[in-house]
Amino acid sequence: MLETQRLIIGAALVSACLAMPARANAQQQDTTRGVRIGLTYQPGTKPGVVVFPVSGPDGDSIQAMVQRDFDYGDRIEVIGGDAVQQTARTQASKNAIDFTIWKSLSAAAVVQISVMGSTAHVNVYDVAAKKLAAAHDVTVSGAPNSEEWRMSVHAMSDQIEQWITGVHGIAATRILYVRGNRIYVIDSDGFGEHAVSGPGTVLAPAWAPDGHTIAFSELARAGWNVVLRDLTTGREHTVSSTPGGLNITPAFSPDGQWLCYAHGEENGTDLYMVSASGSGAARRVTVGRGTDNVSPTFSPDGARLAFTSGRAGHPEVYTSDADGSNVDLLTPFNFGDQNYRSNPDWSPDGRLIAFQSQLDGRFQIMTITLRDRTVKQLTSEGINEDPTWAPDGRHLAFTSSRTGVKEIFVLDAESGRARQLTHDAGARLAAWSRGTGAP
Amino acid sequence: MTGKTRLASLVVLAAAAAVACSHPAPQTAPAPAGPNQDSINAENARRDSIAKADAARRDSIARAQADADRLRNGRDAATKALTQVIYFDFDSDALKDDARSSLDAKIGILNASPDVKIRVGGNTDERGSDEYNLALGQRRAAAAKRYLTDHGISGDRIDIISYGEEHPVATGHDESSWSQNRRDEFEVTAGADQIKGAP
Repeated sequence: MLETQRLIIGAALVSACLAMPARANAQQQDTTRGVRIGLTYQPGTKPGVVVFPVSGPDGDSIQAMVQRDFDYGDRIEVIGGDAVQQTARTQASKNAIDFTIWKSLSAAAVVQISVMGSTAHVNVYDVAAKKLAAAHDVTVSGAPNSEEWRMSVHAMSDQIEQWITGVHGIAATRILYVRGNRIYVIDSDGFGEHAVSGPGTVLAPAWAPDGHTIAFSELARAGWNVVLRDLTTGREHTVSSTPGGLNITPAFSPDGQWLCYAHGEENGTDLYMVSASGSGAARRVTVGRGTDNVSPTFSPDGARLAFTSGRAGHPEVYTSDADGSNVDLLTPFNFGDQNYRSNPDWSPDGRLIAFQSQLDGRFQIMTITLRDRTVKQLTSEGINEDPTWAPDGRHLAFTSSRTGVKEIFVLDAESGRARQLTHDAGARLAAWSRGTGAP
Repeated sequence: MTGKTRLASLVVLAAAAAVACSHPAPQTAPAPAGPNQDSINAENARRDSIAKADAARRDSIARAQADADRLRNGRDAATKALTQVIYFDFDSDALKDDARSSLDAKIGILNASPDVKIRVGGNTDERGSDEYNLALGQRRAAAAKRYLTDHGISGDRIDIISYGEEHPVATGHDESSWSQNRRDEFEVTAGADQIKGAP
């Protein structure tokens, strides 16, 4: 359990508190970036938070969602239970918060939300300081339980998480994956799952940073095409910058300007770069000399690439500059080693690359630091493949066979806590949306 | 289908030929008051002639059938050899000896059947990365195509495609399934009725 003394109450808190009432009516956009209220998050600790019953329409749903979002975010310990909620209800009705009780329960913060129309008024109290630490109005839009409504509640959770821990949450994010002959999208909390592509043999979905364009590869009569699809309009566009044959594993650059993918004909498969509109000339990136070079991932600054290459025999993960120069073997090559390493995904903070590595014939998820190439194994149960980072650089989604069938799981790389995201057999090739979902 | 049509037309031809043979069967003479040796001889000759014609017709049909069977069997055998699957080792696109023998047989057939075009589909087992396996399947298909074109078959006659691990023929999770899935499949895309065995 959390000890309040581990929380550093910054001197900034006082001024922040004084400033808050004036900012209470400010738009959410004005308060999303750079706001911290002084409850400093310490790695390895989780501040305890009590979420009061939410007043207003659909309050129970909102409270449940916010609590689950905090729980799934792994940075906050939700203090719950009937007794806690009863006490909270009583205090809320008297409009008097008794910080002593919450302190005895090791709570660092109390969150009070009241909804009126499409506005949610959020108060975050600092228990140690016995003060209101943040007060903001945020918009909760759309019909209750609609996709829009759920995303706006998640965005509120993420914002509150930022006020409490200093780090924006990842609840308002979505994950693409493949099951059967379609691409699906699912909210980070496992709700709202629906197909986003028509029937066809499809693989390797990827998000553009805009959050509504996706790319994937699709099998046609003449081979595999990279297809761009706008999730808002449903419009599709086949990338024609390279001839037919093999066009697979698209990835958008972080600035959304470029699309990098693997193209192969009869002399191996290499990476090519085209404009993100999927038109115009393709520039060749790798020179694999007849080997396979696939699954590119950009560094957060867009200057580097990591990719899978079979140029030295079995597949390994390499890095290069975005123009293909300065190629470097990233994963440790063992001579005569039959195992292989592939499917890199560069972490959003730039420090790590997640990849899959075979151990005794089974893939497991690993990370390698770019600074000193320390390898860390994150999974061991079943076969685990195709990692994709959440925007917080802490959670990963991946395919796991641990239940006996392929499903998408989410792992907190810091605590090792895993949860099952999908619940229908055969889910694979997850891709986590970019950005934190903050407007 | 086309083979059957061809067989049917051969049968019709043979039947027509048989009818033509039977046509000049001798006309019976005006009936005398009673049987005489001439009329008995004529009757016997007529019967012999009909029997001969029947036999000829039967022979002709049998011959036509045999020809058609031979042709079809030859085409079937050639098609079978042309579409025979070849197999690979794990994470490899190297052609093994039996794969080369199979490709050599295909070369003979392709040389004898200039109107025939094929498509090579590369496949992998379920191990390995789903994405990398697409490239590996492509390399396996390309390896077969390269062998054929190196031996004089025009590249225009051979398409390649990769199915990665998406089209397994065996769905088990052990080597006996995996070894069946690491393969190139050969599909005839043009001139299926023109396939001839190597001379």
